[in-house]
Amino acid sequence: MGIPLDLILIQTVNGIVTGMILALVASGLTLIFGIMDVVNFAHGELFMLGAYFGVLVLAATGSFWVALVVATLMVALLGAVLQVTTLRPLIGRDPLMTILTTFGISLVLQNYALWQFGPVARKISEPVTGHFPLFYLEYPVYRLVIALLSAAIIGALWLFLKFGKYGIWIRATMQDRVMAQAMGIPVPWVYTAVFAIGAGMAAASGVLFGPMVGVHHAMGLDWILRAFIVVVVGGMGSLGGSVAAAIFISLLEAYASIWVSPAQAAIVSFVVLILTLLFRPTGLFVPTPK
Amino acid sequence: MLRTEDLSVRFGGLSALSSVTIEVGRAELRAIIGPNGAGKSTLFNCLTGVLRPTSGRILLDGVDIAGLPPDRISQRGIARSYQITNILPNATTLENVRIAAQSRKHSWSMLTHHRAFRDIMEKAEATLDAVGLLAKADDLAANLSHGEQRNLEIAIALATEPRLLCLDEPTAGMSAAETRDTIELIRRVSKSLAILIVEHDMQVVMELAQRITVLHYGEILAEGTPAEIQRNPRVLEVYLKT
Amino acid sequence: MSAPAAEALVEVEAIHTHYGKSHILDGVSLRVGPGEVVGLLGRNGVGKSTTLKTIMGLVRPSQGQVRLEGELITGLPPHHLARLGIGYVPEDRRIFRLLTVMENLRTGLDRAGVAEARKQALLQKVYDYFPVLAERRSQPGGTLSGGEQQMLAIARAMMLEPKIILLDEPTEGLMPRMVSQISEIIRVLRREHVAILLVEQNVPLTLAVSERVYFMEKGTIRYHAAAAELHAGDAVVQQYLGI
Repeated sequence: MGIPLDLILIQTVNGIVTGMILALVASGLTLIFGIMDVVNFAHGELFMLGAYFGVLVLAATGSFWVALVVATLMVALLGAVLQVTTLRPLIGRDPLMTILTTFGISLVLQNYALWQFGPVARKISEPVTGHFPLFYLEYPVYRLVIALLSAAIIGALWLFLKFGKYGIWIRATMQDRVMAQAMGIPVPWVYTAVFAIGAGMAAASGVLFGPMVGVHHAMGLDWILRAFIVVVVGGMGSLGGSVAAAIFISLLEAYASIWVSPAQAAIVSFVVLILTLLFRPTGLFVPTPK
Repeated sequence: MLRTEDLSVRFGGLSALSSVTIEVGRAELRAIIGPNGAGKSTLFNCLTGVLRPTSGRILLDGVDIAGLPPDRISQRGIARSYQITNILPNATTLENVRIAAQSRKHSWSMLTHHRAFRDIMEKAEATLDAVGLLAKADDLAANLSHGEQRNLEIAIALATEPRLLCLDEPTAGMSAAETRDTIELIRRVSKSLAILIVEHDMQVVMELAQRITVLHYGEILAEGTPAEIQRNPRVLEVYLKT
Repeated sequence: MSAPAAEALVEVEAIHTHYGKSHILDGVSLRVGPGEVVGLLGRNGVGKSTTLKTIMGLVRPSQGQVRLEGELITGLPPHHLARLGIGYVPEDRRIFRLLTVMENLRTGLDRAGVAEARKQALLQKVYDYFPVLAERRSQPGGTLSGGEQQMLAIARAMMLEPKIILLDEPTEGLMPRMVSQISEIIRVLRREHVAILLVEQNVPLTLAVSERVYFMEKGTIRYHAAAAELHAGDAVVQQYLGI
């Protein structure tokens, strides 16, 4: 069996594209975990709601880009409200409660979406049509647009965290929430803001990914599992780690599906997860603590 | 009875204990004092098998126990109470002690009711009596006052019939009255076993200790009777930083 | 001892604090006047740090009150107290290790209602007082030596332009040379009219920089005197700090 070089290159491109979207979903998740120690089981549903709001706004305005922005903002706001009402009262309590709460929210949101939008999948049309020749394939330009946009959003987040005034607040809170408070940083609001940012990023991924698959109430489920794997493999709380892990896993899966079916290729991510937990449980891309 | 020889514990570049050599007699009451970070907890952790020393020996009646796991060390007769109360809050006072007492008896009978083991029950009750908690035998441990809980800790350790009892800040968080009671308690039980006590409360130390070992930066700074230690200029320097 | 003529800046009234059932503070009362340096001495485990943490809102007292300039502040969250003018320098410094020196300082600098010019002036002032921090401004906090971290922790609190700084054992683990630097820093704070509640085990240092000194034992204040009347060798010092 010869090594199909062109297939590999195509799958590399596919892997990177999928990886970038996965990175966008996972970075919100890892940020929330890193700052607040909250395992957000509702993250996939925020992704799904983002896609649905995208559908609605697109239908209302006809512009994909407006839909992207508005859906992101709407879900960010929803995230803030959810955090303040359901998660803030649980701060300091048994972490199991937060997990159960986010799981409950996920169920509520899924069923709300089913009730509101019905079981038939919706479609978001691609904002940028057209193909370019990649080897023997006509590769959709839109996929590259997604990858670039995802990278841009994550890049913007990174810049904000590193240089923004509030970015410093977030990083300080992540390292030592007690001393952050002692420095006058309103930590409860930092938590709300971080949850909102994470929610917004999930929503943006939902809108961006919408044209590639159908928008339906259970679309979050596929992604949430992968996102959690990425968060663990990349190191909880590490933004760079999630990006690296997302691309790494997506590339592996993409290569694997050259030889086996995509469903079987998904096993790859679980293998990586198990190996990571066995040998470098703090994350493959995070320096091992002494 | 207990002797450590050149006991050292290093964490990377940090020396928590440096060549510590201590000897404790069969029924001696020895206090270990020293400023923060002096190595007192590290010493206890080595003696009770929680920590493996980097080098040196720990001889209990001539047998080296350094590096043995905590359960084996408990079987050999070293018991410990902890700084943060470690009792089972949802069990009664008696049950807490009984569980410790039955660790000394090994039986495969899974079907016999625990109350049938009369000798264990009696031992547990006797231990509770020794610490003055017999009246509260059937109270839930969570409902005891702080001082009573700390004394229950001591009872649990005593129920394992140790030869050496290590007490880690037994009067932490106690009122003056509770401290008095605990001093009396420790004095009562000290007749038949060796006791090592880490404390910051100097009143407790001065009243109970027969000898005091002063640790500083992992090394033994001084050893002697309370009166000698009080007059020791190096100890004063370390404590008062003059 | 007669009460200071000025109204107390910080007043702690009969606070009791528990950790679970452990009764750590058993009725602590003290006061610090504006611009005053007050020492709180005692051995390990008597509750000195817990007293500071209770004032800073990091621990909630089960009984008693804390007042700032006459206003009740018991139970307010720490970030609110920081903005009201209470600075906190904890026992293990706890600077943000992954943030640079400059970013550490900015956490206290970026407050609402402070003009950019004043922020720059404040930053410059702190760099003048601590040239080492200016030198290392782009280095991550974790790479600084123990003494430098202590300076950063104090400088960071100064960014809040506080009325009072709660200093918890600043000289612990420092070399003697650094200890005298801490003395100097406390004098600087004094000149800036910042009050200090200094928790320490180092008696000579405390007596040298404080106006009044409280002695704690087993969760309460046992003795209170003007620093000028005390010497390191006094019996009362021996009793509460020695053996």
